[in-house]
Amino acid sequence: MSNRIINVLVPVISIILGLLVGAVVMLVSGYDPIAGYAALWNGIFGDTYAIGETIRQISPYILAGLAVAFAFRTGLFNIGVEGQLIVGWFAAAYVGMAFELPKFIHLPLALLAAAAAGAIWGLIPGLLKATLKVHEVIVTIMMNYIALHIVNALIKSISHGGFKLDKIQETASLRSDFLSELTDFSTLHYGIFVALFMVFIMWFLLDRMKLGYELKSVGFNENAAEYAGMNVKKNIVMAMVISGAFAGLGGAMEALGTFGNISARAGFTGIGFDGIAVALLGANTPLGVIFGASLFGSLKYGANNMPNAADIPIEIVSIVIALIIFFVASGYIIRVGLLRLSKKKEAK
Amino acid sequence: MSKRRFGLALSLVLAAGTVLGACGSDKDNSKDSGKGSTSDGGKASEFSVAMVTDVGGIDDKSFNQSAWKGIQEFGEENSLKKGNGGFDYLQSQSDADYTTNLNALARRDFNLVFGVGFLMEDAIDSIASQQKDTEFAIIDGEVDQPNVASILFKEQEGAYLAGVAAALMTKSDKIGFVGGMEIPVIERFEVGFLEGVKAVKPDLKVDVQYTGAFDKAELGKAAANRMYSEGVDIIFHAAGGTGNGVFSEAKERKSADKDAYVWVIGVDSDQYDEGQVGDDNVTLTSMLKRVDNAVNDVAKLAKEGKFPGGETKVYGLHDDGVALADSRGAIPEDVLSEIDKYAKDIADGKVEVPGEKK
Repeated sequence: MSNRIINVLVPVISIILGLLVGAVVMLVSGYDPIAGYAALWNGIFGDTYAIGETIRQISPYILAGLAVAFAFRTGLFNIGVEGQLIVGWFAAAYVGMAFELPKFIHLPLALLAAAAAGAIWGLIPGLLKATLKVHEVIVTIMMNYIALHIVNALIKSISHGGFKLDKIQETASLRSDFLSELTDFSTLHYGIFVALFMVFIMWFLLDRMKLGYELKSVGFNENAAEYAGMNVKKNIVMAMVISGAFAGLGGAMEALGTFGNISARAGFTGIGFDGIAVALLGANTPLGVIFGASLFGSLKYGANNMPNAADIPIEIVSIVIALIIFFVASGYIIRVGLLRLSKKKEAK
Repeated sequence: MSKRRFGLALSLVLAAGTVLGACGSDKDNSKDSGKGSTSDGGKASEFSVAMVTDVGGIDDKSFNQSAWKGIQEFGEENSLKKGNGGFDYLQSQSDADYTTNLNALARRDFNLVFGVGFLMEDAIDSIASQQKDTEFAIIDGEVDQPNVASILFKEQEGAYLAGVAAALMTKSDKIGFVGGMEIPVIERFEVGFLEGVKAVKPDLKVDVQYTGAFDKAELGKAAANRMYSEGVDIIFHAAGGTGNGVFSEAKERKSADKDAYVWVIGVDSDQYDEGQVGDDNVTLTSMLKRVDNAVNDVAKLAKEGKFPGGETKVYGLHDDGVALADSRGAIPEDVLSEIDKYAKDIADGKVEVPGEKK
């Protein structure tokens, strides 16, 4: 078997396996798997509204995935995407609400604010890692909590004791009547183009620029990179800053598109953590992230239709969706299996 | 490679955490009549009603459950079946699901769709302006749209009575309050409770702690553990699912020592079952927020064509919106009659319970 066939076979087999095991779970608990999967399918692609909402759900996943993937390529494990996303969400919502500017300045400014907020949240663990060798996993996890509660406190003080900020001005919104009419009043917004543009940016940065080359070298082998005369510390900080900026933009999707404001949260959004899986599913490549985010986003959104149309309780649905993702993520096992199989044949 | 595999494992754990986190309380409450009769039961000509829960789900033993109970009762009274054209609910997994769930129900042609919880204000606002033929109602929030009815409660009045009950029943003169998120609705509980305690024992200081979440039982348990350890004997919780942790802490103490004097005052629904431990029960009483009555009431009005669109209805002690649950002997008769006196004063308007912090 050639490498290319294996590359195609692995995701296909893993999705089929995931669906099969999910079907068994539904059967055992007394629900109709065919109706369930039909509902899932319709929930994702059923009509223009569903498609619109699915794409809307994919946009922040792409950016969260990019953030994790980018750090990974530099050998850093950014678990702080969640926190960076939350501060980005807040920054975009605040700038969108507080200023009155023409659209062509306001919208980019709000996006920039989100990216900057995320970048700052990435800068801190980056600096600590580069200068004091504090492990970024620990720092970023803790930064998540700091972000969550600081943002909650800021919301409270800015809204004078309330639990949410006012809606953003029309001029900062990513929403458009055109897209929402096209998709039968879904909350689809232009964020998906921002996300796809960032995919391009990441590819360009990593594969077409000196900075990207250095970042990757540091990721491959820190010592070799240093020996080759690269500034490892600078690159580590740089990687975290860029990664944080991607994550911050992910928050802007929610602030300027989906919700149009920010409310105090009791817990994490989960998008940032899912971003880790998105990045790994996509093998930390820009195009792969699109695939991973599409899978995650559509399953996440489409799953809502399973209780709606097939009467399957949400708990079972969560298990089924987790199983599908689990099998896709364990593609590595299937790959190893396939390779062994083909090697045996060659040996004969 | 090893780092990558570590990453994979870690991400799976975290991803599973966020996926599974949503289904915290999965105890099978087979009270919901859904299981047998699946969709497409009723006729389209009937008046149909549905609701969207927040992330708590209809078995949260409190707020959503109460709303669902009201809808089920309405369904029974009008011999509707669960499913299209009858009554139904959708559970939200995250706040991004509010709009889509509301929209999904409006698209299934339900006549009246309830959004349960203040967090749904924005979602109802935007969906109501798109789906003008559907009537919406929001519980605990206010939305100014001609096809939206806003339902509020005077939680402070019920909490006041809970405070009176706690102050009359405490032996250690230490009382606790465990809140969910620090938002206006929950603050009404707190303010009313403190007022009630003060009305009986002006010098008693109530230990107030907010956990910041409605779905984290472990935080409720930790808060209750601290309070009971410091000598508090009665805790009133207004924290949804987080409050289940308060119950489990109290039950642990009760089962370890049958004579332990620990009580919980439940919230929203009658939480008597929640406090059962062997032959004992730690539930002193529950402050009922009759979301079910309000839901049923608004659904009836809408069916009769008198839907209070664009209006805000406030349910208090006077109109059975809030009340104390049957204490089933936990509170002696003479104390109960004293509580009744306070209740009467509020219902008659002699005592005005403030709803906001000073």
